[in-house]
Formats: sequence, structure tokens, C-alpha cells
Amino acid sequence: MALLEVEDLRVEFGSEFAPVVAVEGIDLALDAGEVVGCVGESGSGKSVTALAVMGLVEFPGRVRARRFAFAGRDLLALSEAQHRALVGKEIAMIFQDPLASLNPCFTVAFQLTETLRIHGSDAERASARLRRARALDLLRQVEIPDPEARLTAFPHQLSGGMAQRVMIAMAIACNPKLLIADEPTTALDVTVQAQVLELLLRLQRERGMALLLITHDLAIVAETAQRVFVMYAGQVVETGAVPQIFEAPKHPYTQALLAALPEHNRDRSRLKAIPGVVPGQHDRPTGCLLHPRCDYAVRRCSVEWPALAGPPGSEARCHFPLDAAGRPTHGWRPRDSCDRRQR
Amino acid sequence: MSEAVSAVADDVAPVRIEGPWREFWRAYAQSRGALLGLGLTVALILCAIFAGVIAPHPPYEQYREFTLTPPAWQAGGTKDFILGTDPVGRDILSRLIHGTRLSLLIGLISVAISLSLGVVLGLVAGYVRGWVETTIMRLMDVMLALPSLLLAIAVVAILGPGLINAMYAIAIVLLPHYVRLARAAVIAEAGKEYVQSSKIAGAGPLRLMFSTILPNCLAPLIVQATLGFSSAILDAAALGFLGLGAQPPTPEWGSMLADALEFIQRAPWVVTFPGLAILVTVLAFNLMGDGLRDALDPKLKR
Repeated sequence: MALLEVEDLRVEFGSEFAPVVAVEGIDLALDAGEVVGCVGESGSGKSVTALAVMGLVEFPGRVRARRFAFAGRDLLALSEAQHRALVGKEIAMIFQDPLASLNPCFTVAFQLTETLRIHGSDAERASARLRRARALDLLRQVEIPDPEARLTAFPHQLSGGMAQRVMIAMAIACNPKLLIADEPTTALDVTVQAQVLELLLRLQRERGMALLLITHDLAIVAETAQRVFVMYAGQVVETGAVPQIFEAPKHPYTQALLAALPEHNRDRSRLKAIPGVVPGQHDRPTGCLLHPRCDYAVRRCSVEWPALAGPPGSEARCHFPLDAAGRPTHGWRPRDSCDRRQR
Repeated sequence: MSEAVSAVADDVAPVRIEGPWREFWRAYAQSRGALLGLGLTVALILCAIFAGVIAPHPPYEQYREFTLTPPAWQAGGTKDFILGTDPVGRDILSRLIHGTRLSLLIGLISVAISLSLGVVLGLVAGYVRGWVETTIMRLMDVMLALPSLLLAIAVVAILGPGLINAMYAIAIVLLPHYVRLARAAVIAEAGKEYVQSSKIAGAGPLRLMFSTILPNCLAPLIVQATLGFSSAILDAAALGFLGLGAQPPTPEWGSMLADALEFIQRAPWVVTFPGLAILVTVLAFNLMGDGLRDALDPKLKR
């Protein structure tokens, strides 16, 4: 049994009659100790998926799923208090902007010990000195220089990298089984990014946590994750193992994302970009959601919505999945090309 | 390896972290007006505490042979009554000094009532949203739509005149400002990520409202409370002047003005000095409030 099991997750906002679908048909399974990447452009539903797992989608948002379980317990059936008790202890999350994720009014020590006061061991709940010692220990684990002095610091006195380390310390304080990192390094500069990522992975290995790494940076996923799922417009378009998915992407979207990496554009004067933007509420295309932006779109793509198909663990949502050479298969012929939508 | 890297890249500057109070004081002391306001306020508070010691005469003592004595520097004035006496021979200076107590008390109590009530209502409105918010805010809008003095008079008319009822009336008049301010601040803070991360850590709604969000909303509320202090004093004086607040012979500044109104031509000092006292007190609190706003408001900071 997987640690986190999600089947057919659907998150909607807005009215019952004309809902805005943020995410639909997401299947997700995470084993203990596994690092899974989740990539996609802005607006593709990565963060909403994470928020749904954390139970942070609030009214008027609605979460539905065929199965939505953590460690065998159905998350949708739990009461609010049970959910708080479970999620605070066993699932932790770190956010994109570390400075906004710390409460500006309290010191690092206060914020670290606050969680321990509720979720800590019996001894920690009873003794303030023990909690403080534990907080210091956590700061050491996340490699903050001069941790004693940082304990009394307020968030605005920390650099972005240090604030993210404090966030990680808070997240691991209760030894969670699953850590969701929502773009943990996006707000940091490149040198600090590498350190924070390395720290996250070290902690993940040492503690055997499962790590769900949400990012739009494919390079990060290539370095860290064992499996990836690629999201587009609220749907999973491809899942696969690293490094296969990078060597032979099956979905044109993954291929296009990879082609847009700076490393693959060495000799060009401009980066190869994917034209257009992720469709929103009002410009949702018929058929395959990618077809207005896809290089290989044919008439069938604009009519028929493809299902996620392929061998388990390496599926793609495409009528004409790409082969190892990056050419569409299943009888794709270029003269079928329909008029691509003008933008 | 990672330790070496982090030691180089993260700033390892000598950690001398400035305490929040010291930082606040540095920002506050930049404005001379704010310092003046603070100085005056401290003087007024000392005046109120030591009124019994400082005042040369008891506030209710009537010196019948000295009625309407002019101030010491005018012809006919005596050193015994530096600011002169009122129509029944009471020393104006002593009454003003004792009046400080009343004015500060009125300010303190009515601001405390409306602040605590306003914060709770605003917090609930901003956090719960929906129909609860609509109900609270529309009610506050109705209260704001009435002229403040009129509303205070109406409340006093219901409760009956008197100093305590005047305080309640003023608290009710000031309430909508705090509710609106608290609600706006709560809405702005509630969407921030630290609230979410606190929610993830298992904080319940009450904890989120009062110990996560509220401390971050305090800055504008402190400023409003300081400024509200002055309007409370002003309103109390107005109610006293209309005979709805403190009743004679209480040495309340507003009622002192009202008592002496008929002598304004013959003995201008009986109205001048209570008026000046009100002016100085209100000015002191306004200056202090402005200074606090400059020091606490992150938008105006640096």
C-alpha cells in the first residue's frame, strides 16, 4: 500500500452549475521514502493538487476523489480536528516564499517550539527547555550558521535562504512521513537553491520521508526525483521514471518543455519557447487541451480528448505518443494537420 | 561538502540582532513632533497621577471672597490663584490638574472598551467572512453614517447622563473605526502563507485568529487607539459641555467650560484655560499617534 493514494482527484471552484475546474482526473501514488517530482507551467494545477492533499482547499473550493488516502486513512472522511491532528504531524509542507511563510511577529524560536508544543513528544510538550533544545537541534540539522543567535531572530532579520532553512526545520520538527515542497527554491538565488535542495534531499534520505517536489524547473527534477509527473491545465499529461522521461519524452508537451531548457538552446540566439499560455476558465479548448499549442496537432486532437495510456508507470495523455526518436507514432501523418489556432 | 558551501554562501556576518523595541524607538525618535507628543503625554500622565500633590488647592474648595479672580499676571490677580478662580471661587489650576485624571480615564476606558470589542468583531468578520461579515460590517456602516456626537447624545439619552455612561457612549461611537481597521488588516493577513503553514501545523481557528493573525494586525490598531484617545477626550468634553457627561461639581474640562460660559465676556480666563487644556491634550495624543504610525506602519517605513 502506498503512503499517499489519490485516485481521480478533482478540485473545483466557483458555483455548482458553472464550476471552474482547477484540477481533474489526477491519479497519484507516493511510496514511503520516494522522491516524486511534479512539473508544469504556471497555472497547470500543481499547487492546487498540493493544497488539496493538505486539506487547504477552502470553500468555495470543492475537492472530490474516488480515493484520497494517506497511510490507509481516508482524508476526505476525517473531521476537521482529526485532519489537523494527522496533517500537522505526518504531512508537512514548505512554500515558495520563505519570508512570507514565517509569521513576522514572532521569533524563530517561538515558531519552532509552537509546533512542538502541540505535536511534540510527551516530554517536549511538558518542558519548555526541552523544546528549546530541540529547536536548536533542528536549526543545526538544517545547517544554519550560528543557530543560538538565530533562535532569537525575527523573520525579517533572516536572508531568504536562511528563512527557507527555518521553514524546513519547522516542517521536519514532527518527523513527517510526507513532505510536500511547493517550489521550495524558486524565490532563492541560484547558489542558495542548490544548497537548499541538497539539504532537502539529505534530510529526505536520512529520515526516509516521501518527498513531493513541485517545481517548474525540470533540471531540479532531473537531479532529484525518481519519478515525475508532468501536469498541464489541471491534468496529468505524462508520468514516467527519471531519467527515461527526459531521454525519451512521450508527450509533445514534455518534449516542448525540455526543448525550452537553456541547456538545449546553446547555439540559438533565442530560447525555444512554447507559444501561447496555459488555457484558463474561458478559453478551454475542445479535445486535447494542448492542441492549440502542440507542434503535432492534427484534426483528431481538436475533437477527441485523449486518455492517459501506455504501460503503467510510463503513461502519456496523447493520441500519438512520441517514440524514442521524438517522432509521433500511431499512424500520425503531417498532412492531417488542422489549422492551428491563431493567436 | 554542503556544510562548507553553506558556510561560505549564507551570510555569516557577526550576529548582532537589534531588538524590536530598540528598532521601534529609533524609528519613532526620528520625528520631533512625535517626541513632543510623547513628552506632553508623559507630563499629563504624571499630572494625573500626582494631582493631589501638585494642585495648590483642593478642586472643590470654594474661596467665596475670591470669586472670578483674574490670573496672577493680570491686574487684580493674586499669586495664590495662578490661573484665577471661577464664579464660585474655586482655583482653576487645581481643577484643571484634577481634570487631567478624568480626561485620561475617559480616554483610557472608552478606547479600551471599543478597541477590545472592535478587535474581536473585526477579527471574526475578517476571518469568517460570509454572512457574519456582512451583518457586522453593515451594522458598523449604519453607526458610521450617524454624526458621532449625535450618536453619543442618543446613547447618553438612553443610558442617562453621567460620566460612566458618557464613556460607554464614546466607546460605541469609536467602535466602527476599530472594527473596519481590524477586518481590513485581518483579510490582508489571512491570505498569507504563514497563516497556511500554521494551519498545516495543526492550528485551530481560534488559535489562528488570535495568536497567528492578530499580532500582525496590531500596528494600525495601536495607531488608531492613540488617535482615538484624543477624539474620546474631545467627545467627552463635548458631552460634558452639553451637560450630558460629567455632572457639576466634577472638575471635567468640558463641564468647566459649560459652567463658565456666561462669564466669557467678563472673565475670559474661566473658559480659556480649560479650552487650552483640551487643545494641548488632544494635540499631544495626535502627535504621538502620528509618530507611532510613522514608526509602525510598514508602508511608510524607510
